[in-house]
Amino acid sequence: MLRYVIKRMITIPFLLLGVASVAFVLSQMTKGDPLAALLPERMMSNPEVVAAVKAEWGLDQPLPVRYGIYIGNLLQGDMGTSFTTRRPVAQDIAERLPATLELVIAAMIVGSSVGIGIGLLSARFKNSALDIGTRGFALLGSSVPIFWSGLIFLYIFTVRLDWAPGTGRLDARSTPPPDITGMYTIDALLSGQMTTFIEALSHLLLPALILGWTVTGIVARLVRSSLLDSLGQDYARTARAKGAPERVVLLNHALPNALIPVLTILGFTFAYLITGAVLTEAIFSWPGIGSYAVTASRSLDYPAIGGVTIVGATAFLLANLVTDIAYAWANPKIKVSQ
Amino acid sequence: MSDPLLAVDGLRIGFGPAKDGAEAVRGVGFTLEAGKVLGIVGESGSGKSLTMMALLQLLPGQARCSGSARFRGKELIGMRKSEIRHLRGKDIGCVFQDPLSAFNPVKTIGDQIVEAIRLHDRRISRRAAMKEAEELLAAVSIPQPDQRLRQYPHEFSGGMRQRAMIAMAIANKPALLIADEPTTALDVTVQAQILDLLRTLTRERGIGLVLITHDLGVVAGMADNIAVMYGGRFVEAGTADEIFYHTRHPYTRGLIEAMPKLDRPEERLVAIEGTPPSIWSRPPGCSFAPRCYFAQERCRQQEPELRDLEHTRSACLRAEELPPRETVAHAQDTGKDMTL
Repeated sequence: MLRYVIKRMITIPFLLLGVASVAFVLSQMTKGDPLAALLPERMMSNPEVVAAVKAEWGLDQPLPVRYGIYIGNLLQGDMGTSFTTRRPVAQDIAERLPATLELVIAAMIVGSSVGIGIGLLSARFKNSALDIGTRGFALLGSSVPIFWSGLIFLYIFTVRLDWAPGTGRLDARSTPPPDITGMYTIDALLSGQMTTFIEALSHLLLPALILGWTVTGIVARLVRSSLLDSLGQDYARTARAKGAPERVVLLNHALPNALIPVLTILGFTFAYLITGAVLTEAIFSWPGIGSYAVTASRSLDYPAIGGVTIVGATAFLLANLVTDIAYAWANPKIKVSQ
Repeated sequence: MSDPLLAVDGLRIGFGPAKDGAEAVRGVGFTLEAGKVLGIVGESGSGKSLTMMALLQLLPGQARCSGSARFRGKELIGMRKSEIRHLRGKDIGCVFQDPLSAFNPVKTIGDQIVEAIRLHDRRISRRAAMKEAEELLAAVSIPQPDQRLRQYPHEFSGGMRQRAMIAMAIANKPALLIADEPTTALDVTVQAQILDLLRTLTRERGIGLVLITHDLGVVAGMADNIAVMYGGRFVEAGTADEIFYHTRHPYTRGLIEAMPKLDRPEERLVAIEGTPPSIWSRPPGCSFAPRCYFAQERCRQQEPELRDLEHTRSACLRAEELPPRETVAHAQDTGKDMTL
């Protein structure tokens, strides 16, 4: 098992290099001019300034040379400097990634627990009003666009009811907790700042619920169908023949089998949300990776685009690895070898 | 106690709408005394498994079931869910056809046996139940039971799995054991071992056994009584000897002819032509008539009831007039017309 994990880990840098190369080539070949982000508009007409800026950022070099420099820097852990923020991309990402992780982890916890709960209820009370109602709720979650549901929730819970605080990770005048993991809720807890913790948590709640709702929809439907399949299997009949009440058949026999396919979806969704929570981040002014990616691609900020791509790819590769490990743990029939 | 262990009477199982749905089991009845073995033999689709699953209310949800099945005098059909749950696995054990799919793949054999024990007695600690499970595995001749307990079903061989399944079924010392094709998924050599085990266990512990199979050979050396099922009915019933030596039903004959005989290896096996009728389009009259070598016009019009003959109880209109089995086999071989 350990050997398998190490082998997989070794392949990850090579895969990332490939991903970075593709991202580099694609973004450089896009028609558009990154100078717009680098220069104020009135200086664009000054050829000397343009040439100087191009030289400064290395944009005067031919593509293969630029690629060589970029990859060379990458191998040393340098993702370059962002055209827009004028700061090292690695630093930008290090600041923004924890915010996204905090949001996505919270959304995954909400989404998977509610999703599994709904799946269990629907499978247990198949075709009842409860089943139809909860499935409808879950389906709404995965079909209502976030830019709509996010705004509606903000309007209802923040503007109308004043139950939830506004956007952002903390109230405007609050100071963030000392930086340990970069996730405000956890950092506040670790340093014992309970008021900050509650504030950070209340800010996290609404976006996490919105994002989690979409996860709920995916998970609930899969859990339901997977459970119904398990309940029809021979081992479920054996459990009933042993005298197990239906609740035990469901929770002890069907669920452990039904969750195996759910693991794949959870891993995939998690990785997807790292760069895919754009809309939630935009609506809730959440300074995460998603909003960074949008700014980067709008201004053709090559280094930032590359950086975000690498983060997204890493998320997928790691999530895949973790999913495979979880698979082997959940399903004794799978023996990880080699 | 005057009540037999199990008394089934007029059991019917149907699917679809009550009015014009299909009936898969049409009035089956038998009794089983404690410690005896009843073999129910029939092709797939004859309703034999459904009959037994109906006793435990393990039929698929859409099935309709009527009639009577009394276990030690208590009516099982229509018994409350909460009540029958205490009989399942406690007084009535089950062994299923394919032990690989019948065990939960993500739980160890030990956990599954322990569950069977503790479902019916919460006072037994996990540890004590584990100890019991180990003894059970030893009782069904599984070597190194302490290690085997910690293994998953897929780590067992087919025969070992079925032994473990039997161990689980007898964990709570049931009075009745239902074995649904317990050897069908196994090699022939393993088959004999499993049957041997079932015979020993039921005899030693005085367990009544209902053995469901499509293979007359399986019940030959085991069953005290045999019922042959076709098209949702018993077409012939009797003691094992009566069925084998004095059968009066063409279907039973067919089954016996289809068995390989060790003393006459050169003889061609005789197959029963055709396929069993679908429950959705059962012909009028005797359901075996379309495949019967002896069928006459009246067979296709009138459905025969099970009636007492000299030896067996048989549901064939022509039971008395048919020639003895040996002659028929010869006639079929030589192509002579036997329709009298």
